[in-house]
Amino acid sequence: MTERHIPETDVEKVSYLRAGHSLRSWLLTTDHKRIAILYLYAVTFFFFIGGAAAALVRIELLTPGGDFLTNEGYNRTFTLHGVIMVWFFLIPSIPNTFGNFLIPLMIGARDLAFPRLNLLSWYIYLLGGTLTLYVLVAGGVDTGWTFYTPLSSMFANGNVVAATVAIFIAGFSSILTGLNFIVTIHTLRAPGMTWGRLPLFVWSHYATSLILVLATPILAITLALIAAERLFGIGIFDPSLGGDPLLYQHLFWFYSHPAVYIMVLPALGVVSELVAAAARKPVFGYWFVAFSSIAIAIIGFLVWGHHMFVSGQSMYASAVFSFLSLAVAVPSGIKVYNWTATLYKGHISLDPPFLFAMSFIGLFVFGGLTGLILAMLAIDVHVHDTYFVVAHFHYIMVGGTVSAFFGALHFWWPKITGREYIMVWGRLTAIFIFLGFNLTFFPQYLLGYLGMPRRYHIYDPSFQVLHVMSSLGASLLGVAYVLPFTYLFYSLRYGKPSPPNPWGVTGLEWTTPSPPPKQNFDQIPVVTTGPYDYPVEMEDRR
Amino acid sequence: MARAQILQAILIWVLLLILLSLTVGASFLPLGRMNPVVSMGIALIKASLIFWFYMQLKKERGLVRLAALGAGAWLLILFLLVSSDVVTRGSF
Repeated sequence: MTERHIPETDVEKVSYLRAGHSLRSWLLTTDHKRIAILYLYAVTFFFFIGGAAAALVRIELLTPGGDFLTNEGYNRTFTLHGVIMVWFFLIPSIPNTFGNFLIPLMIGARDLAFPRLNLLSWYIYLLGGTLTLYVLVAGGVDTGWTFYTPLSSMFANGNVVAATVAIFIAGFSSILTGLNFIVTIHTLRAPGMTWGRLPLFVWSHYATSLILVLATPILAITLALIAAERLFGIGIFDPSLGGDPLLYQHLFWFYSHPAVYIMVLPALGVVSELVAAAARKPVFGYWFVAFSSIAIAIIGFLVWGHHMFVSGQSMYASAVFSFLSLAVAVPSGIKVYNWTATLYKGHISLDPPFLFAMSFIGLFVFGGLTGLILAMLAIDVHVHDTYFVVAHFHYIMVGGTVSAFFGALHFWWPKITGREYIMVWGRLTAIFIFLGFNLTFFPQYLLGYLGMPRRYHIYDPSFQVLHVMSSLGASLLGVAYVLPFTYLFYSLRYGKPSPPNPWGVTGLEWTTPSPPPKQNFDQIPVVTTGPYDYPVEMEDRR
Repeated sequence: MARAQILQAILIWVLLLILLSLTVGASFLPLGRMNPVVSMGIALIKASLIFWFYMQLKKERGLVRLAALGAGAWLLILFLLVSSDVVTRGSF
């Protein structure tokens, strides 16, 4: 690495990044790689808006008195945090950025099957996001991200309808992306790229796309029903009008539990790639890992009732949902065991992507195991709606998905930008994120177990020490999240130009120049080997 | 569009209108708990006609038909597991 600005290389001059310099060339592009970059900017923006709301929550919880935000202000802040982080960061984060960029490259295609639909999905996402920002400016919404009835349909005073319309719109972006991925993977694979040669990243995105297409319409319908009841008094969920409030929870969680897997399945795909790359070995039990993604997608649809154990749901239904929830741990466990077996006797290099992958595995296992605890009926009654639940899902979604997002960013950054970053900063970031995350969320397990309810900002003073620890951890986490923006942007100007395959790994995306040309490949490749055909010859690396 | 196709589309439309009037008519009959069953049955026939003719599933390959069947299967999952709650809710 040198301090001197490194001028544009010949490869960069003919890359997708230079295929048109005007703003119009970006805003009207149908190149999947450029749309991925557009998504990267957009999701990063929303990540920081959602992060700012989280910061307000953590500042408020430093003291037990509720002396920073009003009751109403606190409700609106955590709702905003949830809505933005779930629908405008976590769901599109990996699929719409890295999935968009990498799937055509990984399967040897020139683009996605429907390039214009791909651009449309970005604009629809932005429309939904803009409406959410309007909700923020107009005073927010106070129902929690779950919009439970009858609070949302009869009593809430915030901008419920506008918020549901925003999410309704964003849902169509998800559906279009899922549809695009499914058709692309079915129809645009290069000659020789059989299903058994697909990288596991592609398998996990295929499973994610199935959920996107099958579950998101249910959310759209459910939110439309809330609006119908709120605006026109049609009795869907209101018992006095002949409705059933629990029906809302059933419909909402029929989407929202699989949505957890929309958030984490792409992350599992990223980690499969990072582990194989770090160990320089084929993934142990390829078919088990591939089909475990499909199994998670399917079984994930059968478990939603575990969110309703204390809602008044029938005890018999709860027992069924409890059993099914325990069953979904099996394919998740298969993945973790197979990653571990892949690392066994591997030539492991402690590069930043591998550190993020290890961080993911640790946090995912911990979050997953506490998920099993929550799936058990008797224990759930004790810890339901406490910070134990908050800690559990943050271990999966933040500890898991966000770690994988940063892992992917550090792994494919040289491919996306054509420049290498300073590795030591990447390693430090991975370590800071791991430490900051655990300091933030581990105390929340203890808080929840001791009885601290979620969504309360005035609490018993005995909980304050743990809340202060959590807020300190959040500060460290915030700094760690900002850190990559310094050295990654620095690398764009001063970073060493990257060879096609800087990590010395397998995969069609590493056979193209870094950054790739607009058409991805001069000639569509013919695939003759499996996805993790190690060892890679040294001359292939450079 | 060929004349036969237009005729077929009109025929299906008329059939759907007849089924719609059957739904309306059935709602006036004192069938008790069977009322929703009859309505859902008619709705299923209507949906099948739309899938098969208007959405042209009859011309599609097996994979596309499987995808459409998948959507139906997922709806069944939703109904079945919601029913597991609603039907047994007051029984403990």
